[in-house]
Amino acid sequence: FLFDLLRVVMSGRRVLVAVKRAIDYKVQIRVNKDCTGVEDAKMSMNPFDEIAVEEGVKMKENKQADEVVVVSIGPKKCSETIRTALAMGADRGIHVEIDQNLFPLDVAKVLQKVVEKESPQLCLLGKQAIDNDCNQTGQMLAGLMNWPQGTFASKLDFDGEKTVQVTREVDGGLETVELTLPSVITCDLRLNKPRYTALPQIMKAKKKPIDTITPEDLGVSISPRLKVVSVNPPPKREGGGKVADVDELISKLESHGLA
Amino acid sequence: FFFNSRSMFVRRASYISRVMRFNNYQRYYASGASKCLVFAEHNNEKLNPVTLNAISAARLISEDISVLVLGSNCQNVVDEVSSVDGVSNVLYSDNQSFNRLLPESVSPVLEKCQSEQNYTHFLAPATANGKNIFPRFAAKLDVQPISDVTKVESDNTFVRPIYAGNALATVESSDNVKIITIRPTAFDAANKGSGKANTSKIECDVSQDLSTWKSEELAKSERPDLTAANVIITGGRGMKSGENFAMLEKLADIFGGAVGATRAAVDDGMVPNDMQIGQTGKVVAPQLYIAIGVSGAIQHIAGMKDSKIIVAINKDEEAPLFQIADYGLVGDAFAILPELTEKLAARQKK
Repeated sequence: FLFDLLRVVMSGRRVLVAVKRAIDYKVQIRVNKDCTGVEDAKMSMNPFDEIAVEEGVKMKENKQADEVVVVSIGPKKCSETIRTALAMGADRGIHVEIDQNLFPLDVAKVLQKVVEKESPQLCLLGKQAIDNDCNQTGQMLAGLMNWPQGTFASKLDFDGEKTVQVTREVDGGLETVELTLPSVITCDLRLNKPRYTALPQIMKAKKKPIDTITPEDLGVSISPRLKVVSVNPPPKREGGGKVADVDELISKLESHGLA
Repeated sequence: FFFNSRSMFVRRASYISRVMRFNNYQRYYASGASKCLVFAEHNNEKLNPVTLNAISAARLISEDISVLVLGSNCQNVVDEVSSVDGVSNVLYSDNQSFNRLLPESVSPVLEKCQSEQNYTHFLAPATANGKNIFPRFAAKLDVQPISDVTKVESDNTFVRPIYAGNALATVESSDNVKIITIRPTAFDAANKGSGKANTSKIECDVSQDLSTWKSEELAKSERPDLTAANVIITGGRGMKSGENFAMLEKLADIFGGAVGATRAAVDDGMVPNDMQIGQTGKVVAPQLYIAIGVSGAIQHIAGMKDSKIIVAINKDEEAPLFQIADYGLVGDAFAILPELTEKLAARQKK
């Protein structure tokens, strides 16, 4: 308790970044035989979460943050994902270990407890996880904390002490909102380009601390509300048709009444 | 009596719904208990057609459909919504604070609607607004929201794409309230014109000190919205520069269509972000999709694979997009585009 208190008192500006271990974005996934999910494949840090980690580390480099704490919720191997974030420049990690696949409501509840423990001035999350494509967790955390939210962020401006200007990518283009701190921000593709981690950083990361706890330690009882009834492949799209030249293309379009 | 007569009625009603669903009818479910609130997407002057798709999705769940319009000087939108088939009520607040929709301002209004009316389902089109606002609202109600629904199986079971649409998950919700965003391209648009809904103003406290809207940079275009266009011409990295997109615009104008882009083109600064089609950009399903200089990354295909006819033009014959294209033309886009545009324009003249 004293260490936590000390941590809060000395927190300066702390940024909490949530990262998820998900199937690598380059993988062509396949639905498994019993239609309950997809076949195992190479796992990586969710690409949007890499962008969130990068933003936190950049903030530290620009003296806009004093400490970057990374949290991940999931099975044992999530610690590898946290190590990657530490190699990118985060200071310490928190692994909330649980074997189940969680939906955003439960993830947000766990994150809420971590936030209450760590008192960050800013939470950075990726816009969406590329496995379940929910795009909900950041918004839900903000709702639970009653903090403002800046979603789909492509630019952050910490000009004020107590506020942040967030430029967001929306349907019609860009919009800028001003949020009071603390707030939750979800990171979109063009916020930054995540750095590669070189061997020296990877070696340094091995010495950085990772705290392993469970949802029970945080006082969260997981209550899944969605049951996955089945997972199926989408209707197959036949393709591969070729035309030899523009004239043939036009006649094909004509046959469909499109030209 | 071991069974009371009411439970017999409910079981018969749900048997009827199951039969109707099995027969693939798009009919109302006989569930008297369901009550939907649809969140309208609009620009204060006109209703965004994606709202009509959300209303259709709602009609698969219930006959009791209300629509919420939050806006500023939005009377036209209120009138438009009240004429949509199947809508019984339009709730609205016309307030300067709702000129742009901040989730910190909107969520309390949704919560108020819920505490007063006890809706069983909330639906919104999966636009930037819907995606921004609904999960926050769901957290306030301790509900797990369901986003980007492409099929309504029943009042508690929905299908949604995962892994960039390479798998479809059927999920069943045990929450008492379902909070759902729908993928507009997956549902027909409800008809306008013959509805005559009640309209009622709602009183809501709009003050909040968490967020302020500052400014926007919107693309101005005479062309249709990507989500509404019948024809889309998309350019990828192969277009090499933003200036070259003018060639795509010329082609789009022949069809009266819209111009889209891949993430690569936006990242390289060729075009603004509102043109991005893909897993995390816009999802489109036009009659005709012509992709030029687009390799066909998994994430781009996620945003356009439901297009009726797909044409791919690329000088790389190994480009993955050819595998799902109905008509692929291997060749140099900068030679093909002018020829295609010229010949189509000539035909149009005739």
